[in-house]
Amino acid sequence: MTFDLFLQHLSNGISLGSLYALIAIGYTMVYGILRLINFAHGDIFMMATYFAFFGIVTFGIPWYITFPVILVLTALLGMTVEATAYRPLRDAPKISILISAIGASFLLENLAIVLFGGVPKPFPTPDVFTDVVKIGTVSIQKLTFYIPVVTVIFLIGLTYLINKTKVGMAMRAVSKDHETARVMGINVNQIISLTFGIGSTLAAVGGIMWGLKFPQISPLMGVIPGMKCFIAAVIGGIGNIKGAVIGGFILGVGEILLVAFLPDLTGYRDAFAFVLLILILLYKPTGIMGEQIAEKV
Amino acid sequence: MRRNTILTAIALLLLIGFLAFADNFFDLYLVRILNLCAIYAILGLSMNLINGFTGLFSLGHAGFMAVGAYVTALLTIPPDVKKQIFYMTPIMSPLDVMNLPFPLALLVGGLLTAFVAYLIGAPALKLKGDYLAIATLGFGEIIRVIFTNTQSITNGALGLKGIPNTTNLWWSFGTALFTLVVIASLIRSSYGRALMAIREDEVAAESMGIHLAKHKNLSFIIGAFFAGIGGGLLGNLLGTIDPKMFTFTLTFNILLIIVLGGMGSLSGSVISAFVVTIANEWLRFLDEQINLGFMVIQGKVGTRMVVFSVLLMVVVLFYRNGLMGNRELTWDQLCNSKIWRGLSARKRGTAIAEGGEK
Repeated sequence: MTFDLFLQHLSNGISLGSLYALIAIGYTMVYGILRLINFAHGDIFMMATYFAFFGIVTFGIPWYITFPVILVLTALLGMTVEATAYRPLRDAPKISILISAIGASFLLENLAIVLFGGVPKPFPTPDVFTDVVKIGTVSIQKLTFYIPVVTVIFLIGLTYLINKTKVGMAMRAVSKDHETARVMGINVNQIISLTFGIGSTLAAVGGIMWGLKFPQISPLMGVIPGMKCFIAAVIGGIGNIKGAVIGGFILGVGEILLVAFLPDLTGYRDAFAFVLLILILLYKPTGIMGEQIAEKV
Repeated sequence: MRRNTILTAIALLLLIGFLAFADNFFDLYLVRILNLCAIYAILGLSMNLINGFTGLFSLGHAGFMAVGAYVTALLTIPPDVKKQIFYMTPIMSPLDVMNLPFPLALLVGGLLTAFVAYLIGAPALKLKGDYLAIATLGFGEIIRVIFTNTQSITNGALGLKGIPNTTNLWWSFGTALFTLVVIASLIRSSYGRALMAIREDEVAAESMGIHLAKHKNLSFIIGAFFAGIGGGLLGNLLGTIDPKMFTFTLTFNILLIIVLGGMGSLSGSVISAFVVTIANEWLRFLDEQINLGFMVIQGKVGTRMVVFSVLLMVVVLFYRNGLMGNRELTWDQLCNSKIWRGLSARKRGTAIAEGGEK
């Protein structure tokens, strides 16, 4: 393999990793605050791409107006899912909440099949993003540069929100202990709802860029990325935002390089993440950045 | 006690009579639905053992079924048919001549599935809650990926065709009954008590001297064994299988069955297996078109699954115990139930009224 080709694969891996990172943050935030996998996260991501499709193709709204509107719409969708599927079960056994989450995920997928049709649709790709830049002999889409940049911008914003603002402080408090947070005058439900909103917004950012990178959208497109990003969150240490980003990059770069170096394993690409998950859970269950949590009796 | 034995015998005879009648007089479509009901009952019972009784939230059932279905199919397809199916890549050498009678093939399928479950359970069962859910879900996906890529064993994405239709009502209901008896006896044994103790509280169970890993593995392997057999029956009922059949949707359907029937109730699983399977057929009109006489509403593909996902959420949100909770349907309960007592009391009541006061 020539060095140029390697660079090409690496840049692909980094942009894929950034996408994984964005979606993984949503998982890790919700897990941190509720100790729950948001099974519907991948489907919220899928819904965001369809919103973008309808905004640009059906209504003909320019992309720079559509994209911000979609972030808001997706946040609302995430909050609705939380209010209907998760909030009523706050004190229920965990297995019930998981089942409800799976139900919500299936509902979104099948609603999308009924409303938008099962046939994949082409995602609109404005030229601004898909133009090709040549560096030496390596040709790279502009998008490949934009994706990591956008990820970093959102990551900085989020870190600021969580560590420096009052809302962020409330989120950290709720993730430690719901009861105590309530005693301190924090509206726990509001904070959880906000967390879902932020997570869904990031899923929407990821979804839009995913659509630009792989311009074909279908109702089941969120399933595999959803599971992989959860795995990324676990690898990095669930509940930890920096961990989710690291996990996302490890997964994205690892996947692309695996296929690049061992083309025979291309068919097994989707299995790579799960093998990694089993390994990390066996040898370092708390992930790279996670804290050890003692089991309470 | 004696009354219960007699009632069981009568119920069995009635079931055999019904099956004989159905086998001879029902049309193929109805027979197929009945077969599916029994197979889903097997799958529901086996998943309930893992999820409902042991409290392990496992979502790998579709993967187990795939293993069972492929093994059974490969062992029952006649060698000359295999040559025709594997026209892309020839089949691997010992498999092309292997052929076993159906019951033996089913058993091998179940045992191999149990072995696969043993291999997966060793690392995965150390995990808890949602980690286990994702790991088993991932395992189900990996099985599918492997089956799509091992062209010379599974024929890849093309799937297997020409599987002999050996599954009939006797096989499916017989196996369902066998599964029910085995799992019910397991639940009533000391092993079953240990499993339920693990479900209620792992730490407490461990401190009472229950070997967690051993019991979890036991439940996982037995559940997988029956899932494999269920998969084998399904493959030989449908006649064709391919990796796309064994997606998460299949696991979702079985999950719906055990949630609706009640996690931790065997009779609930059996009842809701029938309800869900029949509803699945009955609601087929939603995916096609609805004729209201004066107007035709064009149904849309996927509406059925929307109904099912809403149903699952409604059950979990509002009727968390499902139909049966963790109670069982027993003869004692039936005989003492209000309806039965009401009927016999009215008889007695009218007798008194006629002979007495007025």
